[in-house]
Amino acid sequence: MFAYYLDLALRSLRRSPGLTALMVLAIGFGVAASMTTWSVFRAVSGDPIPWKSSRLFVPQLDIWGPDSRKKGGYDDIADAFDYTDAVALMRDHRGKLQSAMYQVSPSVVPADATKHPINVTGHAVFGEFFPMVEAPFKYGSGWGAQDDANRAHVVVLSDKLNQKLFGDVNSVGRSVSIEGKDYRVAGVVAKWNPQPRYYDVVNTGGFVGDGAEDVFLPFNTAIDVGMPNNGNTNCSEIPKGSGFVGLQQSTCVWIAYMVELDSAADVDSYRNYLDGYMRQQKQAGRFNWAPKYELRDLPAWLDSEHVVPDDTKVSLLVALGLLIVCLVNTAGLLLAKFLRRSGEIGVRRALGAPRAAVYAQFLTEAGIVGAAGGVLGLLLTGAGVACVGWVLPKDIAALARLDVSLLATTLLLAVVATVLAGLYPTWRASRVQPAWQLKSN
Amino acid sequence: MQIRPILATLKHHKAGTLLIAMQIALTLAIVCNALFIIRQRVSHLSQPSGVDEANVLVVLNEWAGKPSPGEIASLMAADVDTLRRLPGVADAYASNTYPLSGGGIAFGIGHSPDKLKPVSTTAIYFADQDALPTLGLKLVAGRNFRADEIGQVDRHGDIQPGAIIVTRGLADRLFPDGSALGKTAYISRQPSTIVGIVERLQSPWVDSGMAEWADCSTLVPYRQLTAATRYVLRVRPGQLEDVRRHVRAALYAANRMRVISPKDGVRTFAEIRADAYKSDRGMAILMGVISVVLLAITAAGIVGLSSFWVGQRRKQIGVRRALGATRHDILGYFLTENLLISTVGVLVGSVLALGLNLWLMKQFELARIAPGYVVAGVVVLLLLGQGAVLAPALRASRVPPVEATRSV
Repeated sequence: MFAYYLDLALRSLRRSPGLTALMVLAIGFGVAASMTTWSVFRAVSGDPIPWKSSRLFVPQLDIWGPDSRKKGGYDDIADAFDYTDAVALMRDHRGKLQSAMYQVSPSVVPADATKHPINVTGHAVFGEFFPMVEAPFKYGSGWGAQDDANRAHVVVLSDKLNQKLFGDVNSVGRSVSIEGKDYRVAGVVAKWNPQPRYYDVVNTGGFVGDGAEDVFLPFNTAIDVGMPNNGNTNCSEIPKGSGFVGLQQSTCVWIAYMVELDSAADVDSYRNYLDGYMRQQKQAGRFNWAPKYELRDLPAWLDSEHVVPDDTKVSLLVALGLLIVCLVNTAGLLLAKFLRRSGEIGVRRALGAPRAAVYAQFLTEAGIVGAAGGVLGLLLTGAGVACVGWVLPKDIAALARLDVSLLATTLLLAVVATVLAGLYPTWRASRVQPAWQLKSN
Repeated sequence: MQIRPILATLKHHKAGTLLIAMQIALTLAIVCNALFIIRQRVSHLSQPSGVDEANVLVVLNEWAGKPSPGEIASLMAADVDTLRRLPGVADAYASNTYPLSGGGIAFGIGHSPDKLKPVSTTAIYFADQDALPTLGLKLVAGRNFRADEIGQVDRHGDIQPGAIIVTRGLADRLFPDGSALGKTAYISRQPSTIVGIVERLQSPWVDSGMAEWADCSTLVPYRQLTAATRYVLRVRPGQLEDVRRHVRAALYAANRMRVISPKDGVRTFAEIRADAYKSDRGMAILMGVISVVLLAITAAGIVGLSSFWVGQRRKQIGVRRALGATRHDILGYFLTENLLISTVGVLVGSVLALGLNLWLMKQFELARIAPGYVVAGVVVLLLLGQGAVLAPALRASRVPPVEATRSV
């Protein structure tokens, strides 16, 4: 029976090629616009570590007080740490795993004297950082708490930097000269570039394109050798001391912090700890406002930092609006098309076809229009994703990809949406009174 | 023109009428807001930077091998010298950043050293006596820096300038009565005297968070001795491409211990501008494309449905013609019918457009839509409807009276 409906539908569509083309075009454009913007949205709103994001938390402490919030015009408290508090929280060590981090940009001198020094980017972190973010190691591993405490000169390299310095070999145990000091390679991270770079969105804004990090050094060691912060520094007052040491003594915030808490009970006790810490700071006379802190899990944190650009959301919404208009348009045209064939329906019904048969016939026709629109939509989505670099910043455009799931969704969306749009016209067609139609003919 | 028979007919096509009206309403709501977004983005990206953009190049230089601040100072001086000797280069200076770069320092500036009570936020540009002529900034009051005023500062060093040059925008914020020249303002614990006012110098940031301070910049008389140095070059008219081709090699020839990216180490202001406003331009293009597609689809939908209605009513049209209606009457009938549906559509659409704008404002820091956009959208859609229905209506007017006597 389906083959018969298919045949009927194709005949009907061929009879009015203009109208058919119009519907297919409308569906194609609507679906392609939606899917192209969706591909971008999907890329930037994705969870960078879905199996663990609900167990990773970012604490925030209100060390600047309500005045600074009024001044900034936004409601949130400082979104990074000053040195004093970062060190205090690390020392208290109340989470399962935790790390303070700051961005560095040291120069690395290759062993081969004929090569020029290279400037690299990376983070100064604690050893617990690697198990916490589950960084994949190609060779070796991170460093232990002992190395943190001893301010050991160890380093974790990216695969790329390792290749540049040593060629593609296991370099664990070898020595790298960073800022004129020798560091022992503890491990090499395999290709790893989570998007957004969730462990430090304050400095990266979330998306950093292909620029994977080159080096990770122990936090304490980096402080010890005076490797300055290369990321954002926000101050509510002018630091009293000068230089990097002055920054460490100031209330300026420049350190990212992340902690892993595995159960609701752990989260509660960590909240209690933060609350107690802030109370204690107030009692010590550091500030005179009500103690305030935040502890957000990773998805909430990314949301509060507006990691997904508003433009991406607005584009998606507008594109969905376009799709809805296309569907309304298709519904109107299908209605006209179906009711034009009232006579034919009347004859079929009079010859004994049940309403269900009319439904099947017309929904098949709608489905074919949808499928054709979907195929056109596929081509246009392909073109759209290819052109996305033309209208979006590089870092974000690079994330939008065509894959099987996107293509399948495109086709499915086109067919389902068109069939939905065809429901009302079909219902109307099924209500056609056979007697009336036969009489008027 | 009789409205009542049209209304009676439309009652028979309730669903079709409703769908067209709905389509028009939604199209209007989306197109108005899209146009508004386009207008905002275009006005944002065409903001003047204050720089003589046609003749300015920027070189992004990173020192390799960790030279000390003292070494950097002499390296920088040597580089500026090299750059000035380059044929085609009129002027040059070294700074931490430049307008539209996306990176730099912002301070609070106010009437006291208390950081929590600043009057404004200001971008900080490190400058020397050559900065104004190199960038082509227009000094509207006061004087330029003197060579003996220029200090030096390393990465986290204190910036406590005795003299500063501010933009007129910032001067007016600090001293609304226009008396800023010679007055003091605080960006550090020490007071700084405003010795000059330039007409305009945009901040390095173009994102919405900094939009409020876009024209609040301060030039401080310092050279920043850090690993990253930006050289700003003014070239003689017409020599931009020449200098751009040779400048990297010239600097490397003078000293190899540096990194100037072959890809984007030397940038013209046109490239800097295109890069800075890429997302604005992209958003405007995207909204434009979507609006055009929307209008096209709505027009096509009206053509399709009207054609169908004309085909369905051939017999009635024939009867009317036979009873004495002129071609003109038939044409008028279909045009009026469309106008009625479109009017309902645009009325609902205007409300939807304002509602959508309100919702977008709440969700995404969008501004309130100007009523002009809705009015323009209404006019466009009414014209679009009339234009779209014209062809089918003309076809209807050509139905001969004899059609009345034929059965379907």
